[in-house]
Amino acid sequence: MIEILVSFFLLVGAAFALIGSWGLVHLPDFYLRLHGPTKATTLGVGGMIIGSVIYFSSHGETLSLHELLVTLFLFITAPVSAHMLAKAALHLQLRSEERTRNRNDV
Amino acid sequence: MLSLAIEAAFAMMTLALLLNLWRVVRGPDLPDRILALDTMYINSIALIVLYGVQQKSEFYFEAALLIAVMGFVGTVAVVKYLLRGDIVE
Amino acid sequence: MKGFSWLPHPYLSLMLLVIWLLLVNTTAPGHIVLGTLLAILVPRYTTTFWSDPPRKVRLLPLLRYTLVLIGDIIVANVQVAILILGPASRLRPAFVHYPLTLQSEFAITLLASTISLTPGTVTADVSADGKGLLLHALDLEDEEALIHHIRERYELPLKEIFEC
Repeated sequence: MIEILVSFFLLVGAAFALIGSWGLVHLPDFYLRLHGPTKATTLGVGGMIIGSVIYFSSHGETLSLHELLVTLFLFITAPVSAHMLAKAALHLQLRSEERTRNRNDV
Repeated sequence: MLSLAIEAAFAMMTLALLLNLWRVVRGPDLPDRILALDTMYINSIALIVLYGVQQKSEFYFEAALLIAVMGFVGTVAVVKYLLRGDIVE
Repeated sequence: MKGFSWLPHPYLSLMLLVIWLLLVNTTAPGHIVLGTLLAILVPRYTTTFWSDPPRKVRLLPLLRYTLVLIGDIIVANVQVAILILGPASRLRPAFVHYPLTLQSEFAITLLASTISLTPGTVTADVSADGKGLLLHALDLEDEEALIHHIRERYELPLKEIFEC
C-alpha cells in the first residue's frame, strides 16, 4: 500500500517536473517560459519529496520530515528568482509575443 | 512496483534535464539561459532525492539541501550582475 | 509581542527553532536547547537586516491562508500543465498592472510570492512608489476579473493577518 503511494507521488512529481521543462522548451517567449519552471517544476520536486518523506517515515522508526525543508526552501525561493529574472528581462527589454496585451506600456 | 516507478521517474527526470540543457544551449538571451540553469538545479535536486530513495539512504538529503541553497544564491548573483553590472554593491 | 529586548523577532525565532529541529531530524532535548539558543542569538545579531518586521501576526487567519494557498498551488499547477501541453498559439498572454492596497513591505513580498506561485501569473516588477505590481499572465481572459480574484482571495486575507 505504502509502495503504491510512494510510487504515485514520485511519478506525479516527475511528470510535473517534465511538463515544466517541456514548457521551457516549447513556449514562444521568455515571459511565458518563466511560468513553467516557477510553478510546475517546483511542485514536481515537492511531490517527489513528499514521496520520499512517506518512504523514509515508513521504513525508519521515526517520522522523517527533514526533506520538507528542501520543499519549503524551494517554495520560498522560486518566486524570488522568477521575480528577479523577470526584472532582468524587462531591464534588457526582451521581446515579448506580439499578441501579449499591454506589452507596450510596461 | 516501487523500483519500476523509480526507474520511470529517473527516465523522466533525465529527459527533463536534457530539455533544460537544450534551452541553455539555444538561448536566445541570457535570462533564458539563467532560467534554464535554474530549472536544471531544481531538477537535479529531484534526481538526488530519487537516488536517495533507490539507495534507501537518507544521507543524500544534505546534498539536495545544499544544491537548493547554492543554486538559489547562484541564480540571484548572476541576475544581479545582469541588472547592475555588479554583484556586491 | 513587542517589548522583549532580548527577543526582537519572536516569530522568526520560533521559525528558526522549528527549522533547526527539522534539519537535525530529531527532537532530542539537547537539540531543543541548542536550537533555542540559535533562535535567540541569530535574530539578535541580524536585527539590522529586518527593517520592517510585521508588528502583529494573527495565527488563525495565517493558517487558513496557508491551507488555501497549498490547495490553490496544486489546482493552479494542473491548469498550467494543461496549458503548457496544449498548443502555444492558444495562449493569451498579457501584462497586468495590479494596484496594491497593502502597505507593509513584508506583506507585499508575501503577496508577490503568492501571485507567482498561483494560477498562470508571475510577478514581474514592483512600481517604484510601491503602489502597484506588474504581473505577467500566461492565459488571461479578463483583466478586471483577475485583479478582483487576487484582491478577494489573497490581498484581503493578508491584510487581516497583518492588520495593516
